[in-house]
Amino acid sequence: MKGIIHILARLGRGSIFLTKILSGIPQLFLRFSLVVQQLYSVGVKTLFITMVAGLFVGMVLALQLYYTLSTFGATDTLGMLVDLSLVRELGPVVAALLFAGRAGSALTAEIGLMKATEQLSGLEMMAVDPVDRIIAPRFLAGFISMPLLAGIFSAVGILGAYSVGVDLLGVDSGAFWSQIQAKVDFYDDVFNGIIKSIVFGFIVSWIAVFEGYDCIPTSEGVSSATTRTVVNSSLAVLGMDFVLTAIMYQ
Amino acid sequence: MTQALIQIRNLHFSRGQNKIFDGIDMDIHVGRITAIMGPSGTGKTTLLKLIGGQLRPDDGEIIVDGLNVHQLSRSELYKLRKKMGMLFQSGALLTDLNVFENIAYPLREHTNLSESMIRSMVLIKLQAVGLSTAHGLMPAQLSGGMARRVALARALALDPMMIMYDEPFTGQDPISLGVLVKLICETNKALKLTSIVVSHDVEETLSIADDVKIISQGKVVAQGTKKEMENSDSAWVRQFLDGQADGPVPFHYPGDSIEQQLLQDVR
Repeated sequence: MKGIIHILARLGRGSIFLTKILSGIPQLFLRFSLVVQQLYSVGVKTLFITMVAGLFVGMVLALQLYYTLSTFGATDTLGMLVDLSLVRELGPVVAALLFAGRAGSALTAEIGLMKATEQLSGLEMMAVDPVDRIIAPRFLAGFISMPLLAGIFSAVGILGAYSVGVDLLGVDSGAFWSQIQAKVDFYDDVFNGIIKSIVFGFIVSWIAVFEGYDCIPTSEGVSSATTRTVVNSSLAVLGMDFVLTAIMYQ
Repeated sequence: MTQALIQIRNLHFSRGQNKIFDGIDMDIHVGRITAIMGPSGTGKTTLLKLIGGQLRPDDGEIIVDGLNVHQLSRSELYKLRKKMGMLFQSGALLTDLNVFENIAYPLREHTNLSESMIRSMVLIKLQAVGLSTAHGLMPAQLSGGMARRVALARALALDPMMIMYDEPFTGQDPISLGVLVKLICETNKALKLTSIVVSHDVEETLSIADDVKIISQGKVVAQGTKKEMENSDSAWVRQFLDGQADGPVPFHYPGDSIEQQLLQDVR
């Protein structure tokens, strides 16, 4: 019972915190440099791991699918299957998991340490709202970065699949691309994937900044909060993926 | 005695079951350096946070410059905070900004001054704390004493009416300590500030304080001018100022006696 009350209390605090963040976002468009700085540390610095992971996921996907498809003589559909797997599921989900591990944990640790070293209190005493100046730019940067990273993950994954499927395994290049053109629908597949990544970006960024802001301001507290960010974000992304998939493809 | 800038009336504050303040009354007078002293864990820093409106009391009121801090709207509270400076124990400098940008931060946030004016003001504030040549350093490159001096310069950036110092002398070497003592005293006089110094460094704090308040076990156990405190024969005052291990503040943490605890273990 105590555990349930604790979870509900945190959920309540998190929701109030989210409304504060959202109310601070309109002001950010007047000081967009704050967001640009965070886009670099949250988005650009996550680019490398996203691209490398995307490349290998695409390559492995091509290998696996090629051997399965070859038993049916349907290797020409390799491009289409890789593309659908990536833009519908793997792109948004794996990119979000990587984002939670790389950027989400960094956001929580940074905000938690700012709390532990009284930097957030210092801002409050300077009559500067830390939610507006520190939290909201990081949240918005995460929200903007996530769909872009998911798109890059899928694009690099398709290139990885092309290099393995076409260059290594001998699938026809024209068939690879024409199957994608013919069978992948922009609204049903690409657009739904973008929606998923937007939702995941919102969830991961929210969890990351809340855990940092709500942490116990000690080294152990920051460490626990960082772990919670990765665990809770990953679970939330996977759970939400099921819900969104069920709604989108019913 | 000058008029009171801060009036604390019947202040009650608890953290969970732990009662921190149990009906405190206190006046902080304009233009004076008031030392708030007491054993560790008595809520000295908490009191500063209550005065700054970062915490809400369970009961009672804190009036600063005629305004009841905890009845102000958010914008009114922020307006009042622009007139309050606070020096945190850790300095609380923003670690991603250099010394210059840390001091310029409140000026950029709250004024429309030109860049050249901001530069002049920042350098003047840094000169006042003896660090005008350190403006390009990052906080990680500063010693503890330097970080507190930079934090003092930042607290002075908006020319506040009062400054709250949270344990300014803790962990300082004798030279840094002497510099901080001198700076607190001189800035208070030169800028006609009202200063509250929270500390348990008796000698240094008493050397600059005009008024002294001693807090213990949720109450103000003694208050008066520095002279009155030095001449006081109150057991509270004597234990604290003379650093006696036992007295009204017990040496042993309250609870079962050692005999009872040992017997419990056996059972």
